[in-house]
Amino acid sequence: MTASPENPMLSTRNLTRRFGGLIAVNDVSIDVHEHQIHAILGPNGAGKSTLINLLSGELPPSTGSIHLRQMAIHGKRAHQIARLGVGRSHQKTNIFPRLTCLQNCELAARINQGGVFSSWLSPTRARAVTDTAVETLEICGLKDRIHTLANDMSYGEQRQLQIAMVLATKPRIMLLDEPMAGMGREESHKVTKLLATLSSQYTLVLIEHDMDSVFALADVITVMVDGAVLETGPTSQIRSSEQVRDVYLGR
Amino acid sequence: MFKSTLLNPKVHPMPSGPLLHRYPLKVWIVMGLLILVLLSYPLWGEFVFDRRADFFLEKLTTIVIFALFALSLDLLVGIVGLVSLGHALFFGLGAYTFAMTSPAFSPASIWWMLPLVLGVSGCLALIVGFLVMRTKGIFFIMTTLAFGQMLYFAVRQSREAGGTDGLFIMFRPEVAIGDWMLINLDNPVTFFYAAICLLILTFAFLRWLTLSYFGQVLDGIHDNEDRMRALGYHTLHYKLTAYVLSGMIAAVAGMLSAMQYGFANPSQAEWHLSGEVLMMVILGGMGTLFGPILGAFAYELLHFSFEHLTTHWKLLMGVTIIVAVLVLPRGLAGLLIDPPRLSRSRVKPASTESRNTADTSRETL
Repeated sequence: MTASPENPMLSTRNLTRRFGGLIAVNDVSIDVHEHQIHAILGPNGAGKSTLINLLSGELPPSTGSIHLRQMAIHGKRAHQIARLGVGRSHQKTNIFPRLTCLQNCELAARINQGGVFSSWLSPTRARAVTDTAVETLEICGLKDRIHTLANDMSYGEQRQLQIAMVLATKPRIMLLDEPMAGMGREESHKVTKLLATLSSQYTLVLIEHDMDSVFALADVITVMVDGAVLETGPTSQIRSSEQVRDVYLGR
Repeated sequence: MFKSTLLNPKVHPMPSGPLLHRYPLKVWIVMGLLILVLLSYPLWGEFVFDRRADFFLEKLTTIVIFALFALSLDLLVGIVGLVSLGHALFFGLGAYTFAMTSPAFSPASIWWMLPLVLGVSGCLALIVGFLVMRTKGIFFIMTTLAFGQMLYFAVRQSREAGGTDGLFIMFRPEVAIGDWMLINLDNPVTFFYAAICLLILTFAFLRWLTLSYFGQVLDGIHDNEDRMRALGYHTLHYKLTAYVLSGMIAAVAGMLSAMQYGFANPSQAEWHLSGEVLMMVILGGMGTLFGPILGAFAYELLHFSFEHLTTHWKLLMGVTIIVAVLVLPRGLAGLLIDPPRLSRSRVKPASTESRNTADTSRETL
């Protein structure tokens, strides 16, 4: 499990997705390495969310390939890809409002720890699921909200819960679609810190609009424009890139 | 080894507000009273209804069977969130499977009849479920309706199934071990008790199911199916399991109905019945399990009283249902769980109380 450049955690080659005449994702080839935060930047409509949807299997690619480690995962269904260790959160808050925080995380943890039957047959494994759920809630700073209905929490807390749910699946790689969207300054600061601590254990693909946190967090940044990759490189390279500045500040 | 202290109720008290599938004590009191009133009917029926006591016993049996049917639909509509308008398919299937396989000159044995009805309905539910699950929302409603009508027209036009007249059943099944008769279903009181027993057993089973890990998955699918898939759940399997279980329970209700009246009729598979049972579920309160039982009683009570009031009872019925849905968005169950507050003073339930009720709810079953 070394993070050698020859063995990326997740890689795409010539990944393309068309919607009718529109090419949402155009010939994208990126490598995401282990224990890195790989941010994807781009103006609205650049195809960032579509890319994430392709990676998580919610949309099948038109052409091109996706490999998790050495395994081809393009064409697999969303739940299969999730079971292989690709956890994702959505741009819209996407939780189970009628369940408590703990139940939300238990649902996330259970399917990756043997599933419903396993928990049913063995109380030990059921307890292990609960422990995972409690642990992830602790990590995400929701310890005091364990028994709160997800619906009764603040927006920021719901976003945190969403990250906790991805964590509870014990993923090999996390795809986070704008985890800080709509958050206040203080809350997004909290989440930035959380994501920074996660990077030592997890591999993250992050879509974010908040430039400050992206530059603070990311190891590698890919800038997308009109579905295609404009530039990929270490954060420092992107920060000083003329091309990227043109896109964001208008030419 | 386990961090169980983290879930210590002293550190993390259970919330005082209502939790999903946890109901206040009064729900269980009301349901207990209802069961008591039903069970004691043979004692008080004759005093209240005099010579019409037998008629009302039949009526009550019908309602109990409908309650069982509504319960099965609630698993789909309320728990999983799949609104089916073709559930009479399984009700009718149960009735016809029973009618067509009953021997003409001797009673069938319940020991093979019940598994047969469960098996046939389960298999058909698996096939139909697999097909209808490919659609969503309004299309799901339409495809379930279409499948329901398929059986209706099939039995209406088939000579083997008796066409529009239906089939008559001469004998109710025998519940016996060897020569020893366990229950005599020909006795209307015994049959009434048997129906109540089945209702209670089914309720207990579904209650256990909703509180289980499997039930948690169903809640997740109800709230957000896409998220469940993104977590790695193959949601089709869970929905299909629920559909099959629901279909099997509905078939048992249909079989009971055929037993009670002594015939299987196309109207038992018609979409009118699907609509009626859906109204019972909505009137009672979706997703609560006890609600649809109350809904069945309320619906039939309304039906009965309006029918005797005027020939235009359907109009009254419709208006009442619309008003009920407007006033009680969560049905009769909502009245019990979260009664509308008339005054401004809110009484917050103590956290101990809700924990007690959660315990009681488990004990009750």
